Parts: sequence; C-alpha cells; structure tokens
Amino acid sequence: MDGLNRPDLSLRQKLLEMNWIFVLLVCMTASVGFAMLYSAANGSVYPWVSRQMLRFGAGFLVMIVVALTDIRLWLRYAYVLFAAILLLLVIVEFKGEMGMGAQRWIPLGFIRLQPSEFMKIALVIALARYFHGCSIDDVGRIHYLIPPLLMVAVPSALVLRQPDLGTALMLVFASTIVFFLAGVRLWKFVVIFICGLASLPFGWIYYLRPYQKARVMTFLNPESDPLGRGWNIIQSKIALGSGGVFGKGFMNGSQAHLNFLPEKQTDFIFTMLAEEFGLVGGLALLTLYTILLGYGFVISYRSHSQFGRLMGMGVTVTFFLYVFINIAMVMGLIPVVGVPLPLISFGGSHMIALLWGFGLLLGVFVHRNILIGRRGAHEEH
Amino acid sequence: MHRDTDRHKLFSRRAAVLGGGKLLLMSALVGRMYYLQVVESERYKTLADDNRINYRLLAPPRGHIIDRFGRSMAINQKNHQVVLSFEGVKATDIRATLEALTAMIPLSDGATHRVLREMRRRRSFVPITLKENLNWEEVARIEVNAPDLPGVAIDVGQTRFYPHGPDVAHVLGYVAAVSGKEIDDDPLLELPGFRIGKSGIEKAHDLTLRGAGGASQVEVDAIGRVMRELERREGQAGAEISLTIDLELQKMVTRRLKNHSGAVVVMDAHNGDVLSMVSSPSFDPNAFNTGLSVQNWQELVSNPRAPLTNKAIAGQYPPGSTFKMVVALAALELGVVTTASQFFCSGSVKLGDAEFHCWKKHGHGTVDLSKGITQSCDVYFYEIARRLGIDQISAMARKLGFGQRLGLDLPGEQSGLMPTKSWKRKAVGSSWQQGETLIAGIGQGYVLATPLQLAVMTARLVNGGYAVVPHLIRSVTTLTETSTVIQEEISSIGIARRHLKAVSDAMANVVNGPTGTARKSRIQRSGFEMGGKTGTSQVRRISKAERDVGVRKNKELPWEQRDHSLFVGYAPLNAPRYVVAVVIEHGGDGSKTAAPMARDILYEAQVRNAARPGVAPKVSGFGDEPV
Repeated sequence: MDGLNRPDLSLRQKLLEMNWIFVLLVCMTASVGFAMLYSAANGSVYPWVSRQMLRFGAGFLVMIVVALTDIRLWLRYAYVLFAAILLLLVIVEFKGEMGMGAQRWIPLGFIRLQPSEFMKIALVIALARYFHGCSIDDVGRIHYLIPPLLMVAVPSALVLRQPDLGTALMLVFASTIVFFLAGVRLWKFVVIFICGLASLPFGWIYYLRPYQKARVMTFLNPESDPLGRGWNIIQSKIALGSGGVFGKGFMNGSQAHLNFLPEKQTDFIFTMLAEEFGLVGGLALLTLYTILLGYGFVISYRSHSQFGRLMGMGVTVTFFLYVFINIAMVMGLIPVVGVPLPLISFGGSHMIALLWGFGLLLGVFVHRNILIGRRGAHEEH
Repeated sequence: MHRDTDRHKLFSRRAAVLGGGKLLLMSALVGRMYYLQVVESERYKTLADDNRINYRLLAPPRGHIIDRFGRSMAINQKNHQVVLSFEGVKATDIRATLEALTAMIPLSDGATHRVLREMRRRRSFVPITLKENLNWEEVARIEVNAPDLPGVAIDVGQTRFYPHGPDVAHVLGYVAAVSGKEIDDDPLLELPGFRIGKSGIEKAHDLTLRGAGGASQVEVDAIGRVMRELERREGQAGAEISLTIDLELQKMVTRRLKNHSGAVVVMDAHNGDVLSMVSSPSFDPNAFNTGLSVQNWQELVSNPRAPLTNKAIAGQYPPGSTFKMVVALAALELGVVTTASQFFCSGSVKLGDAEFHCWKKHGHGTVDLSKGITQSCDVYFYEIARRLGIDQISAMARKLGFGQRLGLDLPGEQSGLMPTKSWKRKAVGSSWQQGETLIAGIGQGYVLATPLQLAVMTARLVNGGYAVVPHLIRSVTTLTETSTVIQEEISSIGIARRHLKAVSDAMANVVNGPTGTARKSRIQRSGFEMGGKTGTSQVRRISKAERDVGVRKNKELPWEQRDHSLFVGYAPLNAPRYVVAVVIEHGGDGSKTAAPMARDILYEAQVRNAARPGVAPKVSGFGDEPV
C-alpha cells in the first residue's frame, strides 16, 4: 500500500515516455475545430474561436498534468472523485442554472461547468477501479455486480432527469463496454438487454419528456414536420449532400452561412465541415478520429494493469461514442440527442472533460509498465 | 495469479471484438457520408439552391395612354412613401421616432398603434409603409431630419395617375388592386400592390399596357433576408397606347355637359376615329388607385345618375325623332315613297280605335319627306312606317349600325334594341301590333339605341353610305416599334347616294332652314355650318285625359319623368367630316338642350381641326364618287 505514492519514474523520464504523437493529433483535431468556428462566425475569432482556444489551453494543461500523475493516485481516489462529481450532479439537479431547457451547468467564471460531462470520465475511473479489484471469479458472481450497476444507474438517472438523453445514453453505453471488458458473462448482457427492451414501452410512457418523444418521432420520419422539429435534420442532410465530394470551400457553405443550418457552432459543426470541405474533408476528420481511437485502443491494450486497461478502454469508448453519436446524428442515422463533436464543437465542459480523459490515457501509456496488484499494491507481484 | 492472466486474456479477446465493432460503426459513418455526398449529392445541391435562391418579380412600368396629339392622359407617377424598418431598433426608439415623424408629417392617429402591432407580427427586415403619396415638402422635411429618425426611409414606388381626372374617366377606365378571381397564370398579379385595369381602355387593353414582369434572383438567408442579387432579368415595359381622342375637345365637351346627365360621342365620319366620348356625370379615376372608402363607393353606386356607367356605350335610350332618318331611308330605298310623295298631317292619325298624335297639336298640313324631317312631323312617319312594316325598318336600322354591338375597344358596350316581329314573339311572347310599328316609326316604343350608335348612324348617312365602325385605338408603341392599328376595309352599306343626299339635305334644313326645329342652334360662320336632327323621346305615357287638359310642360315634371333630349349632327355641310350624337337624360326638348350643345361641339371640333391628321379609310364596294 505504501508503494502507491512512491514515484517509480522521474518527471524527466515521464516526459520522455509521453506519447507526443497522440498529443500532436489532439492539437490537430482541436485546430480543425478552431478553423470551423472561425468560419461559423463568418471569418471572425469572435465570439467562438477566442474562447475555445482559452478552454483548449486550460484543458491541454489538465491533460499534461493528469498524464504525469501516477495512475495509482487515480486508483486510490477513484471513489472519492466519483462521489464528488455525483455530488455536483445532485447540486445542478436542484440548484443549477436553467439553460437549453435542461439543468446542466454550474457557472464557474470562464466556463459553465457541466458535471455530467465529467461524470463520463469519473464513472469510467470508478468502474475500472471496481473491476480491477475483482477476480474473474468475482465477476461471475451476481452480487458482485450490484455495486457497479448502482454506480451506473444513479448518475444516469440524475442526468436523464435533467433531461439529457444523450449523456445518459453515453454513460450507459460506456459502462456496458467496461462491464463487457471486465469479463461479465455474455448471457447477463442478453438478460439485461431483453429486460431493457421489455421496459421500453414503460419508459416511453413514464420517463421520456414530450420533446424527447418528438425527437424520436422526428428521426423516424423527419419530413412529417419539415418546418418544425424535422427542420434541423433535413437542413443538415441538405448541407452535407450539397457539399459533394470536394465541398463548397472554406467559409462558403451556403447552408451554414445563411443560417439554414442550426447550431452550426455546436452540435452541427460536422455538417458545416462536410459542407465546406465535402466528402474529402469529412473523411479526413474521420481518419484523424480513427487514428486517435487506434492509439487509445493500443495504449489500453498494452497496459500491464487491469485498472489501466479498463480505464484506457473506457476513455477510448467514451471518445468513440462522442464521435459516433454526433456524426450519426447529423447524418440522420440516429435521432437528435445533443452530443457535441469532441474537441471541435464549441463548448467548455466536454472539451476539458475529454482532455482529462486523454490525460488519463496518456497516464496509462506513461505508466504502462507499472504493475498494480488487485488491492492496489504492485509489490504483491 | 493465473486467474489474473485469464482475466487479461478475456480482456484481450473482448477488446479485439470491441475494436472490430468500432471499426464497423466507423465504416457505417463513411458509408452514410458516401451516400449523402456522392450518391444523393445532386438532389441535395438542388435543395440547397432552393433554400438559398429566391426569385423576386419586378413589376414593369405600365404603358402610358396618350391622346391623338400625344398628350398624356394616363401616366405613372413617382409615389414617395415613408417606410419604417426596425431591424436592430428598440421598440422604445420606434415610439420616439414615430412621435418625431408625426411632428413633421400628418400621420393618422392609429398609425403608431398599427406600427407597433405590425412590428410584432412581421419579420424585422420587412419595412412598414407609414404613408404614401408624400408631397415634395414632406419628402424634404424627412430627408433633412433623417439623422433623428432611425429606421425611417423614403421609398419610391409608381402609381397610376390620370392628370385630367374625371374628364376622360369613362374612356380610360381606372386601375385598382387585383381581386382573387382575377388571378391567372401571370405571377405579376400576385405581387402586393400590383394594379390591374378595371374598366375602360385600362381593362380592354390591360395585357398590352401591363407589359411583362422581370425577375431578380436573390440570395436569401434562413429568415428570408436578402443577402445579395445574383442575377437580374429586366421585364418589358407596358406598351404606350395612343387613342383617337382629342383631349382638348374632350375637355370642352366635358365642360359643356357639366351638371347634365347624359353622353356625347364625336366621331370622324370617314374613318371612325372617336374624337371625344363623354359620359356625365363622371368620377375621379385616381380615387380607385389608393383604394376607395366604402362610403365613397356607396355614393358612386347609389347615385341615380350612374357616374360609373359609360352612357355613351352602355346607355340605351329611345332615339325619338333622330330615328326618323332611318325610316325615311327605308321608305325611299323600298320605293314606299319618293321625295315628292305628300301626306296630310291634321295633328293625328287613327288606327283602329287608337289615335296617334303629332307633336304639333293642330298638324303640319301637307308634308313631304324634306318637310317631314325638317319639321319632324310625326304623322308623316306614322304613315310611311305603317307602309313599311317593322321588319323593313329594323333591317335598315341594322345597316346603319343599330341593334348590335359595334365592337369598340371598351368593356360594357350595349347593343340597343331593334325590334322585329319574330323578336317580339320570342322575347315578349305576343304578336306584333301595327300600332307598335307606328310608335317605332318615330323612334319610340321598343326601339333603343346608344349614343355611339346614333353617332355611327349619322356618320354612315353623311359619309356616302360606308359602314364605318368606331374605334378608339390609334397606335400601340412598344420600346422597339410602333404599330398603327390597321383598319379593316370599310364596305358600302348599299344605299343609293341620292337617297342619302335627300336625307342629309333635310337634316341641313333642320338647322339652317327657315322652319327647321333646330334653327336657333345653327352655326352662323360660313363654311362651318352643320346639319342635324333633334329628338325628344318620352319616358312616360301621356294619357288621353292629360292630353285633353293640355300636356304638362317638362319643367313641371320631376326630373326622372322629363323627356330625353337628343341631337345628332354633322359638319361641315358641304363636306361632312365630324358627326356628333348628344343625349341628355331628361333634358327636355331636343332643340332646347341637346342642339345648342351639339352646335358648340361641332364648331369647336372644326375650329380645332380635331380630326387631323386624317387617315383616309380604305373603301370597297360600289360608291358613286369619293366624298
């Protein structure tokens, strides 16, 4: 236990061990975001680019500091962190500022904190810690699964109450993947899935807000209300499609610049990119994302500790969910659920939370050779 | 420990599955992107352009209408409007602006309220028109104070304007906003503020005057604000129409008809140019443009003197004695009488039990054709009408233009009525009575004619018997070419010259002879003399009892029971060029009201040489010699 705090690597070693290519890719992706926000503001750094850069700067620092922090520290304080962010979620639930029809923010000077974004990472850490402590036999026992299920259910329910369907879904999906990687038997997933399917009508009637139902209905048939709820998705598809292979050129997207495209600086920023740079630009960004995901996968895969593996994979999956849900949403593949495009959409909390997650991932990379016992001490090995 | 290795192996296996799953989902995104941006790209490009590009119609300027000498009668005037746009202006500022504006130009009391109400309803970039038709002083006052009036601007539109107001109203007609049922394929009609011809030439030649709309292709944003113009296709301005009307003569006639209810038509006897057409009372066509109040409209519609009706073409009157030339010609042509045949007028004739009176109670004595016309002896015409029969009279009347529409370029022309035996059986359901023939012989009873028909009859009488038709359009000028209206060949109506001459000579005597009924109205200047015929048509039946105690004078009767006063005339005597028909509703004796008017009008027309530059008509058929 005492070894937990003993640094195995000096700061210099850590800096040398750091995966700088990954850091570079993150910066590149964020820069794509700056360019798009510049275009969204009709060629101005105001109001978005300047603030976005500030937030990225802050997030970048967080990432580096987290990367250099010994991962055993995260293991040790995983539950404390989880509890603290859960507390923040409870606070926004009851005291938070109203915004976008949902209670999501705590005003905090230069950014408005969205605890739900940080919960995505904190939950991954907490679950990684929990399953790190479980043997494969433990995982097979049902009563061992009750605490982690609660860890997922409580924040998800709180987020859903806000109401923020997108984030709740991401929490559930990412957790499911961690459960899966931790070795939970497949038939259990099947049982849960069937139970979930069976409770869908119940949830539809008692839990979904009218606007959420409308979003689902709109997804199923956007043309049913082309000027109302279907507007966003129809205009988004028109923008994407009209971009063609090579796009209309930087700052020349008619759909975006004539305001046919809604929320082009936030949720629909991928649409603007694909309108202005076409299929080529869209594929380039997807490639960038895929490389980042690949790095995340390999880093996690190679970690010598179950905690590092699960945490790294959890973060990677969360990142993947951001990318997939957002892009699938703007292309009309899934309903509009309000998930930002990671590192690119204008917004502070998701940016900092994600960079925190990338910091953890880098931390896993830096500390990949550290072995951690199931009770948290590597000396056991 | 080996259990942890198992845990790791399981993790690795499942991580591989997960990675594969992610790649699969990413490929789905790529596939979708390919579908949208390559497969469906063309469709979405069209949709994006549909979003982005709006077509705006550009209203072409309406064609002007000018008189035969090029004087403007219908033009477009710049209409200065003060408009308020409140994009980026606060509501409190709007209130202050409106107050400042009210101090400069008179705005209606409700204006402020209306603006604030519309402001909430409209999109912010669509300006509200506060006041139209500003005068120069008001425009200047607003321009000078522009810095204190945020959001206020002067906008210039075009409004139809009739500089001569009521003087030519019935010929020109008027324009007004398009009504729902008038909307057709032309998108121009759906433009807000677009005006369409509602009567007169404005209606009859609306398409010619309207021109073709242009279009402007503009880029708009999502709320419809215009960002820039992409392309502009100018429309084609409406064509200018030159009428046969002589504006000065028209105004003179209007003045002369003032305070009367009736109509006057002045025509070139040879080519059918309508030199003047006046219906009185008139109305101000400019009032329709800005929108007539319900009260004003009610006044116009309920006025018993029907100011909106063009009585020259739509008023149908018993022609009275002006019809006697028709009966005389029919009799001569059919050999019922010769110019020498004589009858005796004792003041009345008996037909069965009925007695038919001459206007002259004690009779004219011996009467021949010339005296019959000159002194308008009713008994003479009763006699020849009886011998002719109604169908023969009607046939002659039709040759002279009665009982049919003459095809003038104006909406609302009526055909009048020339009765025949078969007509009566069909329309009334009873057989024709001989007494009705006698009544028709003096232009009463069923016989009805429009003032235009009376003028055309006179023209055909004096132009050598050619079937001249009236027309109003002289030429049509577009930007590129002027087309003069090509008149159809005028053919002879087939009446012997000497018979026409006998009748027109008698008409000359009516005015210039010592015993003529219109002697008091003769033109005294040599070379300008006119010929003509008076007419006084009854609108009430005179009973035997009344006749016994003495027929009441017109002055003693209420206006609507008085006789119509008519006169048809031509001038100059030796080479007739101008014909006139005057009908004054309930104007009393033809010689007293209509004849002096006709004299003044024909004199003015000759002095003005109104028919110049004359267009010689094309003639065909037989005719003795050129006129």
